[in-house]
Amino acid sequence: MESYAYAAPGSVSETVALLAQNASEGRQTQILAGGTDVLVQMRSSGHTPRAIVDIKTLAETNRLEVSADGIYIGAAVPSAVINEHPLLQTALPGLLEAADLIGSTQIQGRATICGNLCNASPAGDSIPAMIAAGAVCDIATPTGTREVAVEDFVVGVGRNALAPGEFLLGLKLAMPNAETKDAYLRFTPRTEMDIAVAGVGVSLTVIGGQCTNARVAIGAVAPTAMLVPEAAQALVGTDLNGDALHRAGEACKSAASPISDKRGTAEYRKKVVAVLCRRAVALAHQRIQGA
Amino acid sequence: MARLQVETVINGEPREFLCDANQSMLDVLRDELGLTGTKEGCGTGDCGACSVLVDDRLVCACLMLGVEASGKNIETIEGIAGDEGLHPLQRQFLENAALQCGICTPGFIVASKALLAKHPNPDEETIRYWLAGNLCRCTGYDKIVRAVQDAAAEMSHPA
Repeated sequence: MESYAYAAPGSVSETVALLAQNASEGRQTQILAGGTDVLVQMRSSGHTPRAIVDIKTLAETNRLEVSADGIYIGAAVPSAVINEHPLLQTALPGLLEAADLIGSTQIQGRATICGNLCNASPAGDSIPAMIAAGAVCDIATPTGTREVAVEDFVVGVGRNALAPGEFLLGLKLAMPNAETKDAYLRFTPRTEMDIAVAGVGVSLTVIGGQCTNARVAIGAVAPTAMLVPEAAQALVGTDLNGDALHRAGEACKSAASPISDKRGTAEYRKKVVAVLCRRAVALAHQRIQGA
Repeated sequence: MARLQVETVINGEPREFLCDANQSMLDVLRDELGLTGTKEGCGTGDCGACSVLVDDRLVCACLMLGVEASGKNIETIEGIAGDEGLHPLQRQFLENAALQCGICTPGFIVASKALLAKHPNPDEETIRYWLAGNLCRCTGYDKIVRAVQDAAAEMSHPA
């Protein structure tokens, strides 16, 4: 009978070596960051014991850098820490409001947005916000690092693009300029401690009243969060009038392929995702005007 | 399976314990260290009964491995009262009758202490959002909110 093991390697090279060793010995590995999903999964019936590799002691995964040159959010940085960062509050208000919607104060003290991404739930709130913000995954591999855009990282329900022997080091983002702001809105029946029925992340650039760039991503309405280029196309080149917002919302509705469950029917989710898109675009636009 | 040896600091005192790789901090506190003030409610991070502070950060002990306590500073309900007696939060929970069965109370007090460290004078909305991860099935929360407000007042203007 396999038993649990625990290791907290001191370096990235040690970590990838351990992942390779576990794989060669046929042991299942579980990467541990904040643990708010992992420990719940460990308690569920049918979970098989595995080698836990804690990545919280690595310098690379604890990086939190915010400067004009770019933003780096390490895989071990908890939501509470990014939400308290004054420069991030100005730079990526949408990503932070998504992170702030995930769980309680207690959860946010441990949970990481990189863990939210790796867990790959269709309803993970931070994922559409990351996609909208144009985040790129910095992945440690046996031979170095590779990069994957967040929209290509989640490949199915609970499945991500990490190959055996790889782990997520952190997220890279460009520092948004003053004409670029993001927003994330989700719908839940309760105001707190709930799972999204639908969610929309938006990032806009508006120069001289004209939208010059847009990224729109939807969550909880398909097996994975996804970019909706047709929604962005409806916005770019317009002054973000009601008609443009309506067309962007309809594009989100068309892109959605939701399931019906206790949180809402597929039809309801499609309607809600269009409304959220319009509101999130309006909110991001307001933020640019207010800056 | 060999047990893991962990050195940590709990309520200001250096402690050593042995635990299994998959044993939660909550189980370590209760079963290995005899600190049973921290309660188990759901065991899945939903109810907040097992709230503790790890390096001053509020977390659920059920969502942390015991081995992750290595090198950390842990504060539990047992560390809240001082030599002079109860903490103002503990006193105000009693004064306001902000508990009935009491299972959720240690978690509420630890979570409220973290709240007041960050927001010394929180309004009702701030208190309710901060404590949204602590569930109480007895009181209906109003008395808890009042107890936290009264403790905040007492701490900013000691009698």
